[in-house]
Amino acid sequence: MIEFKLPSLGADMDQGKLVEWTVKPGDHVTKGSVVAVVDTSKSAIDVEIWHDGTVWELLTQPGETVPVGAVMALLLEAGETQEQALAWKRDHAAVPVAAYATAAVLPPAATVTSAPSTPAHDSPAAPAPPTLVSPAAPAARTRVSPAARKRAAELGVDLAALAGSGPEGAITIEDVEKTGKAGSAAATTPLNRMTEIRKTIGAAMTRSKREIPHYYLATDIPLARATEWLAARNTQCSVTERVLMAAVLLKAVAHALKRHAALNGFYRDGRFEPANAVHIGVAISLRQGGLIAPALHDCDSKSLDELMRGLADLVRRARAFTLRSSELSDPTITVTNLGDGGADLVHGVIYPPQVAIIGFGGVRERSWVEEGAVRAMPVVTASLAADHRVTDGHLGALFLADLSRSLQAPDKL
Amino acid sequence: MNTLGNKTTYREALREAHCDAMRADPRVFLMGEDVGKYGGSYAVSKGLLDEFGVERIRDTPLSELAFVGAGIGAALGGMRPIVEVMTVNFSLLALDQIVNTAATLRHMSGGQFAIPLVIRMATGAGRQLAAQHSHSFEGWYAHVPGLKVLAPATIDDARGMLAPALADPDPVVIFEHALLYNLEGELSGEWKSADIRSARVRREGTQVSLITYGGSLWKTLDAARELAALGIDAEVLDLRVLRPLDTAAIVASVRKTHRAVIIDEGWKTGSLAAEICARIVEEAFYDLDAPIARVCTEEVPIPYPKHLEDAALPQTPKIIAAAKAVLGK
Repeated sequence: MIEFKLPSLGADMDQGKLVEWTVKPGDHVTKGSVVAVVDTSKSAIDVEIWHDGTVWELLTQPGETVPVGAVMALLLEAGETQEQALAWKRDHAAVPVAAYATAAVLPPAATVTSAPSTPAHDSPAAPAPPTLVSPAAPAARTRVSPAARKRAAELGVDLAALAGSGPEGAITIEDVEKTGKAGSAAATTPLNRMTEIRKTIGAAMTRSKREIPHYYLATDIPLARATEWLAARNTQCSVTERVLMAAVLLKAVAHALKRHAALNGFYRDGRFEPANAVHIGVAISLRQGGLIAPALHDCDSKSLDELMRGLADLVRRARAFTLRSSELSDPTITVTNLGDGGADLVHGVIYPPQVAIIGFGGVRERSWVEEGAVRAMPVVTASLAADHRVTDGHLGALFLADLSRSLQAPDKL
Repeated sequence: MNTLGNKTTYREALREAHCDAMRADPRVFLMGEDVGKYGGSYAVSKGLLDEFGVERIRDTPLSELAFVGAGIGAALGGMRPIVEVMTVNFSLLALDQIVNTAATLRHMSGGQFAIPLVIRMATGAGRQLAAQHSHSFEGWYAHVPGLKVLAPATIDDARGMLAPALADPDPVVIFEHALLYNLEGELSGEWKSADIRSARVRREGTQVSLITYGGSLWKTLDAARELAALGIDAEVLDLRVLRPLDTAAIVASVRKTHRAVIIDEGWKTGSLAAEICARIVEEAFYDLDAPIARVCTEEVPIPYPKHLEDAALPQTPKIIAAAKAVLGK
């Protein structure tokens, strides 16, 4: 039996709301298949599965909010029979679904977020919460009194999960407050995604600033060669094939990280775990405010063209809220690029459990001294914030120097 | 005069108020149909002729248009007239004087002329006087800028509201529900500080605001008592002043209870109840926990037969049913 559990899609996630299943019982899935869409506080994510198997039973209903680690579905392994599955289930019948969740290791973030990681189910006998109406068939608008609607927003209560006791079955303040007091995780939902995004960013960044002893370095990097090289390269390409400086910078970071693996990985349980690949979390600001930093996978082995395509796709999907779960959980380091509209220098805050964040300010024309002469040149200020538990400023400085050197020979990237 | 201790009636309280006013100010006089020798259609002015004489207690011809107009003229001339109109139905004959002249002259004269006139009239149904003597047009008068409209519903207000009405430099219309004249009770000291600006909570409650005025107040208080026995804690707000409405008091009560039932003996369509409803929605929408309910008179001319008249009017059981409904019970 394979238990499909809600994965942690980032250090700041401790629960998720199932939007829909993209599989049904009987479907065969392979490693990497998208099986569900889950709404985290930041975004709706396509969640992948990491086993081959056949979907046997879907335990979570669309609309339900469950904690990270909760078993959402059961799948049959290759060769497993119905009888074996039923036997397995009998053995586990006494264990409420919630127990899976609490038994599962919650991500470290769960200890710092304000939301209680209460189980979604009281017991197997509890009545199933009403399922969300599919977008194709909108139901009649739920009757909610104005005061109840306002109160629900204040308490973060999901009105869809309530039964009304007022006139004509309308939801009243009392209905909302009863639920609000019970404070069950199932009843809370990101009513206002912006508020939730702020909350989750706040939780992750608070944890970062409290736990991680940051050190900060910055260096100015001349980009005359890279700019000229890129311009020349782009003139050979169609508009869709053109590469932006942002992709060049990412490629240079990946390149420099090869020699400074101590910046690429995770700090967990009191020790550093280097990562095998360079999955750069690219900070993407969302149009409504807030930001998300999904992974651009394997930046070290991708070509510049591949990186550019990947970056464009990632930005588009982040803003459309259609990221994949692996993209949220995989980043090994973060790059934040303020772009031309941004400031000159960013002092990054590390996204735990990563150990470094690299920042780029805007690329500006500045006076630059080279070979005894002053000339105007595009320059970017690159910064590094890194975890002092893992590395020291000396290594950080070497990394920035390597980064600068890489960008002076863009054709070799 | 006819009081035993503090025990009195609404009618006697009104009479006392008239006596006080006329003793205090020689400019005050009363005129209307049968107010003198007959003592008033509802006996409010009984005995006043003996004390104040024909100069100050004046019987008029049966022409509302003429004697309300004469009242306006007297007010312009420096007097402080009280004009009694037998019922609100008959006041429609004087509507031109009240709405086109009394309510407008201060504005049309650029503030040069004030009309310190008090017009009293009986209103309401319940005595089998049929359609032409039983209607409630308070809402019509409350529509008109330039007028103040009062609805004393208690003995204290009957006793206390006339003096501030007379002191007001502009026309004031006072509605006396015909069923209230025989209301018995005791005066509290409250009447001495009666104002003509504010609504008053007659019963504190937490779950639903019953908003009413005039003759419906007592039916509403009965309903609140019965609701309490059912475990529903109703607040009763007596509007007292229908123009200008005490919106702040209405909103404060609804903010507390989150539910409102408006009880108004006028017809529902285009009513004062509709205005109150609108103000609640405008100013307390996000405090509402249920749709607002109205208990008004059925949309028929008031019937003559007792059972039909009773059925047409707001009654205690209807108020109870409406309050339960907004609580989802």
